[in-house]
Amino acid sequence: MIEFKLPSLGADMDEGTLLEWRIQPGDAVKRGQVIAVVDTAKAAVEVECWQEGEVFELLIEPGAKVPVGTPIASLLEAGESADTARRQLPRQPAAEPVAPVAPAPALGIPVAGAAPASRPRVSPAARKRAGELGLDPTALTGSGPHGVITLEDVEAASRAPAPTGRGPSERTAAMRQTIAAAMSRSKREIPHYYLSETIALGEAMAWLQTRNAQSTPQERLLPGVLLLKAVALALREYPQLNGFWREGGFQPAADIHLGMAIALRQGGLIAPALHAVADKPLEQLMGEVTDLVQRARNGSLRSSELSDASLTVTQLGDQGVDSVFGVIYPPQVALVGFGRIAERPWVEDGQLCVMPCVVASLAADHRVSDGHYGARFLGEVRRLLQQPKSL
Amino acid sequence: MDRQQLRQQVLQELQHIAPELEPEALRSDRPLRDEVDLDSMDWLRFLGALHRRLGVNIPESDYHKLDSLDALIAYLEPHLT
Repeated sequence: MIEFKLPSLGADMDEGTLLEWRIQPGDAVKRGQVIAVVDTAKAAVEVECWQEGEVFELLIEPGAKVPVGTPIASLLEAGESADTARRQLPRQPAAEPVAPVAPAPALGIPVAGAAPASRPRVSPAARKRAGELGLDPTALTGSGPHGVITLEDVEAASRAPAPTGRGPSERTAAMRQTIAAAMSRSKREIPHYYLSETIALGEAMAWLQTRNAQSTPQERLLPGVLLLKAVALALREYPQLNGFWREGGFQPAADIHLGMAIALRQGGLIAPALHAVADKPLEQLMGEVTDLVQRARNGSLRSSELSDASLTVTQLGDQGVDSVFGVIYPPQVALVGFGRIAERPWVEDGQLCVMPCVVASLAADHRVSDGHYGARFLGEVRRLLQQPKSL
Repeated sequence: MDRQQLRQQVLQELQHIAPELEPEALRSDRPLRDEVDLDSMDWLRFLGALHRRLGVNIPESDYHKLDSLDALIAYLEPHLT
């Protein structure tokens, strides 16, 4: 019997509210399958299961708010049957304390009517619209088949003053709290040091301009993608910046998954991971960045994306600032920031010229690396950006 | 398609990118990306949507002509077939 626990959703997310199940008892579950949708202070997250098995029991109801690590479902392993699993149950203490399953008090869900095997209770369109409106869709009464909450139910509820549910201002407050908690922890525990370097992007921008001139908007590359790729390639040479501080020591990450700080339109930010950045061609990265930004904003990120970034990159250039010195996102040990790409006076071969430049910054953890190492890393980023074709 | 219809379609695409946008509150002579808070990714998605919907492929070299919603409409009009 496999006990499926609510996985980590990032350092600043220690609990989640179940919005809907995507599985029912008896279903076969494959590795990586999305089995549930959980709401957090920042966004709705699709929870993936990394084990294979047959769903035996769903242990919590939609509407329940549980801490990370709580068992929420049990699966039968290959060769197990429901009967053998049931016989095992009494001998498996871990399966018994079904966690602090306290249905969120404000939700008013008719628990008696909601069998664990009920179909997904909120339609995707309804959930998306509810998110935009800051409504809690699970608090509504569904008028669709099997009591499914439909888009119309959400629209109707938005017209009526809703006594329950999380309003936009409450949601913003909850998000500010989670960000504050993670950033306070970072500043308290991580001895940061900061470096910055102005990098000439003449070659890179000229190469991009030529490339993009031939393409439709859908095929164009943004300069930010080149910056991400350069950071990932440089991390291969400087592994002490790519990993996690855990249990009093540094653990290098096996892969280079870059967290991308994404501003949410309703305020706040989230930094989901772009996977294996160093191994992917620019076109593929561009597609994945576009997809990640869209999913971050409409609330369909996956649980793995919120917990496995090994270094975060923040690009605030669009807001017009010259540079950004970030706060490291624990348990990571470094953060790279880029400001606006702007033309500046520059000296090359003894000649004054006009050059597009970007200020790259590094905030890194002194427990793991020193300024000398960090400076060489930024130097490598600079070197890589002078050869855009090789990115 | 008259100017009013074109404007409607452009606004619809903008709203897909920025759902919180209130078209009545948008000042159409102000810098569009500031008015709607579009970052470079939003902007590219918006141009992609216009390309798909209207068949107009706006090159990067023309971005500077699209400073406001009015300017964008004026740019698009002669390009429509």
